[in-house]
Amino acid sequence: MGVLNRKLWRDLVEMRGMVLAIALVQVGGIATFVMSLSTYDTLLIARDNYYRDQRFADVFALLKRAPDSLAGRLQAIPGVERMQTRVVAAARLAVPGFNDPVIGTLVSIPESRNPELNALHLQQGRLLSADRDDETLINESFAKEHNLKPGDRITATINGRRKQLTIAGIAMSPEYMYAIAPGAVFPDFKRYGILWMGRTALAAAYNMEGAFNDVSFKLEEGAIVEDVIEQLDQVVARYGGHGAFARKDQTSHRFLSEELKGLETMAAVFPVIFLGVAAFLLNVVITRLVNTQRNQIAILKAFGYSNLAVGRHYAALVVVIVMLGLAGGIAVGIWMGKGLSALYMEFYKFPFTDYYLNAEVILLAALVSLVAGMSGTLMAVYRAVRLPPAEAMRPETPATYRTTIIERLGLQRLFSQPTRMIARHIERRPVKTLLTVGGIASACGIIMVANFQEDAIIYMIDVQYAMSQNQDLTVTLIEPTSRNALHSLAGIEGVQHAEGMRAVPARLRHEHRTYRGSLQGMEPDGVLRKVLDSDLQRVALPVEGVVLTDFLAELLAIKPGQSLTVEVLEGNRPVLEVPVAGLTSEYLGVSAYMQRATVNRLMKEGDVINAVFLDVDEWHSDRILRELDDMPRVAGTIIRETAIRSFHKTMEETILFFSFITALLGGIIAFGVVYNSAHIALSERDRELASLRVLGFTRGEVAYILLGELGVATLLALPLGYLFGYALCSYLSNQFRSDLYRVPLVLEADTVAFASSVVLVSAIISGLLLWRKLNRLDLIGVLKTRE
Amino acid sequence: MTISPAAATDAADTVFRVRDLTKVYHMGEVDVHALRGVDLDLVAGELMVLLGPSGSGKSTLLNILGGLDTASGGTVHYRDQDLTHADEQRLTAYRRFHVGFVFQFYNLMPSLTARENVQAVTEIVPNPMTAEEALALVHLQDRMDHFPAQLSGGEQQRVAIARAIAKNPSVLLCDEPTGALDSETGILVLEALERANQELGTTTALITHNADISGMADRVVRIMDGKISSIERNTTRVKASELSW
Repeated sequence: MGVLNRKLWRDLVEMRGMVLAIALVQVGGIATFVMSLSTYDTLLIARDNYYRDQRFADVFALLKRAPDSLAGRLQAIPGVERMQTRVVAAARLAVPGFNDPVIGTLVSIPESRNPELNALHLQQGRLLSADRDDETLINESFAKEHNLKPGDRITATINGRRKQLTIAGIAMSPEYMYAIAPGAVFPDFKRYGILWMGRTALAAAYNMEGAFNDVSFKLEEGAIVEDVIEQLDQVVARYGGHGAFARKDQTSHRFLSEELKGLETMAAVFPVIFLGVAAFLLNVVITRLVNTQRNQIAILKAFGYSNLAVGRHYAALVVVIVMLGLAGGIAVGIWMGKGLSALYMEFYKFPFTDYYLNAEVILLAALVSLVAGMSGTLMAVYRAVRLPPAEAMRPETPATYRTTIIERLGLQRLFSQPTRMIARHIERRPVKTLLTVGGIASACGIIMVANFQEDAIIYMIDVQYAMSQNQDLTVTLIEPTSRNALHSLAGIEGVQHAEGMRAVPARLRHEHRTYRGSLQGMEPDGVLRKVLDSDLQRVALPVEGVVLTDFLAELLAIKPGQSLTVEVLEGNRPVLEVPVAGLTSEYLGVSAYMQRATVNRLMKEGDVINAVFLDVDEWHSDRILRELDDMPRVAGTIIRETAIRSFHKTMEETILFFSFITALLGGIIAFGVVYNSAHIALSERDRELASLRVLGFTRGEVAYILLGELGVATLLALPLGYLFGYALCSYLSNQFRSDLYRVPLVLEADTVAFASSVVLVSAIISGLLLWRKLNRLDLIGVLKTRE
Repeated sequence: MTISPAAATDAADTVFRVRDLTKVYHMGEVDVHALRGVDLDLVAGELMVLLGPSGSGKSTLLNILGGLDTASGGTVHYRDQDLTHADEQRLTAYRRFHVGFVFQFYNLMPSLTARENVQAVTEIVPNPMTAEEALALVHLQDRMDHFPAQLSGGEQQRVAIARAIAKNPSVLLCDEPTGALDSETGILVLEALERANQELGTTTALITHNADISGMADRVVRIMDGKISSIERNTTRVKASELSW
């Protein structure tokens, strides 16, 4: 079949513009597919390996203080394979040359060796030496932000006492892959650090000699986590246990899991759309391509080529196009997958960066593309070979045109002859027009998704920080303190307003559903911190009862009027029954809000607060921060502005990478669909258009007839694309709902405008490319040869 | 001289035997009766010209003879094969091994050179002549590596003839081979066909609406409105080079 192969190559070269446009869309679809799935696989494997290598614990428990002698009883709990007690303390940190408040979590490790559970991965330096009590290891992201190296010094204020520490090494831990300060919503590596200190030294500094306040467990194979937790809670209850929790509720693990879930959604939704559109395009183009070769197929048949041979020939053509797209797509997909994996691994502090690509991913991509291409080809070839060759060689019987609805309504006088031709053409082949419209609409929708994420993030920030949280500083106190403390804070020069708050860690329960969170006691008439409903109207906190974030109510399957069980996880650990008074709509985190006075009363604790919101004069903020830093009862300070910045940074690094890729690929799809549709329209109608030119139509008029149809298709596609985009965004917004954050369905006008512009520009570029071809139309040549 | 078709031929040498052949096309909402009962025999080695105005049904007849189209009624036999009831596979084999076609509009593959266009056929049949030999027969040995777009109409048609005869077919079916050509070029093409008929002994059926060509035939069959109106035998064949119109 040497000659047929040569024909194949020359046909391919001849159609290179179209082949390239199809391959490009294929590349987009397959690259997204490979990138998402391989990144997902890579992260999953990396995480599991990391957890396994570092022996990441299965169950965690925090308590106030328990004697070391309790360890034996904990180890004896059925299902526990290994356990490890620790001292964990909150501290304020001072890094030379950095003035913002920095908070840290100090975690004890055995002197001079790696812990058995939650082992550290040492990046630089060495482990602690047994004979020194002023050494520490610090987490890698914190070290990097401050450019800290082994040998550098750092000051920690533990229990109001300052301690100079020397950095022995820089480490990573599966426990703090997502190092996020308690109470913060997003990580701020610069203002939150993890310090690992020797057990003896930390216990001495924190008054924990012979005692511990944190314990982690590795469970035996087959042990039931809930049972272990229940028994554990009973054992540690009298030591101020805050309620044990499983790995799935561990902060770092949860954030990572949410991220992976998001990635999985992306990996499921986008590639399907891209591959779908690419497949559809391939199918349409190939079908029409084969149709234009109807005559050649008939001749091959007249010479005695069998249907099979003809089918094989065209199948080979498609295979080449598909393979081009596949090879390009896989290459680009691997490149982007490596980039994205590295980005994630960097963000999550994986100690290694191996990239995994499952052969199945590639096989699946190849299969989908081939099936899509082949089905179109074989259908078209089948239609062509089914006809006796003599009939296939005859020009197709003139297509049946009808007068359009415009003419039936007697409106034709309003439209020129070319316009009527456009209308008739569209009306004659509604399915073809619809498919083109569908392709362009999906491109428009995809581009909208890209910007939707940005819109949503801006909206979230706006609601969270501009409308709901107006405080400049949030000061957390080391323990519940009399409300009088508010006055001393309000008295600092430059503080314009201060509001107290009482937060109580609690397990919230309704029937069998529970959520580990906190009860937030707010001032009902506070101006710095407001609870908003979904219409952004302030929700009045009732004297009795609790107001829940709507998503939390959904998690607990509880409705206003029903009773919420609050198992307080501090102090005397009272179990309270509180009616749900209302719901609030929030995008970050979930909360249970009450009036502070009510919380105090339920806790039987008097007029106390454990956090303060401050509104400060910007001019004085540096001095205020220094003063706060010197107050022994202050556990830490969160600056609103830096919270917004870190929020932006987090979002930019992860979601916006996707947005960029999405917008780019959406543009490619739009271009691919419009260009191919136009190109095929030209090849199908070149005789007709040349005839019109011969009859005296101008180039402009002929172009108008050809491009007008595409213009109409593009304009029809836009509103459809908005609908599709809206549906897609709403699907994603639903998929991304978790207790950590909900992405609101917000679509700004400029998102719609941007998507429209990309589609229109793609259409115009296609139109211009076609215009050039149209100008080179060989009038005589076209008319001389048969169709 | 008009004779009845059956009596004109010796049954042993009959290549095609056509009886009561009808063909109806359904063109959109219209039925077109292209053939309304045709009886005809074709004898081995003869050159027959089918003469008729456009729309008379002559192309339809030729297409059915070549297995390019199917009959609506009646029978067509190629030697002892019944073409009217042959399935797709047998028609393909029939076209592949026995028939050479020449079309009015050449129908060359635009992406293949002259030589390759011929090779597209020689590759799939046993014992063909080489593409070079076939092109030499039509005096195109110097233009073998040109693409169709680089050849004149007459040259393209001669490539089409070379392509048709290269497989050494038993029958050569030509549909208006000179229809798109001026007379000078047309005569070159007819000479090529005449040569194939005489040197290779290929049974040839040639469709034309140009009565001037009928002189080169052994027999001239006139078709009107889907029926044969007359069959004439030429006592002497005029050389193609001596024709003019």
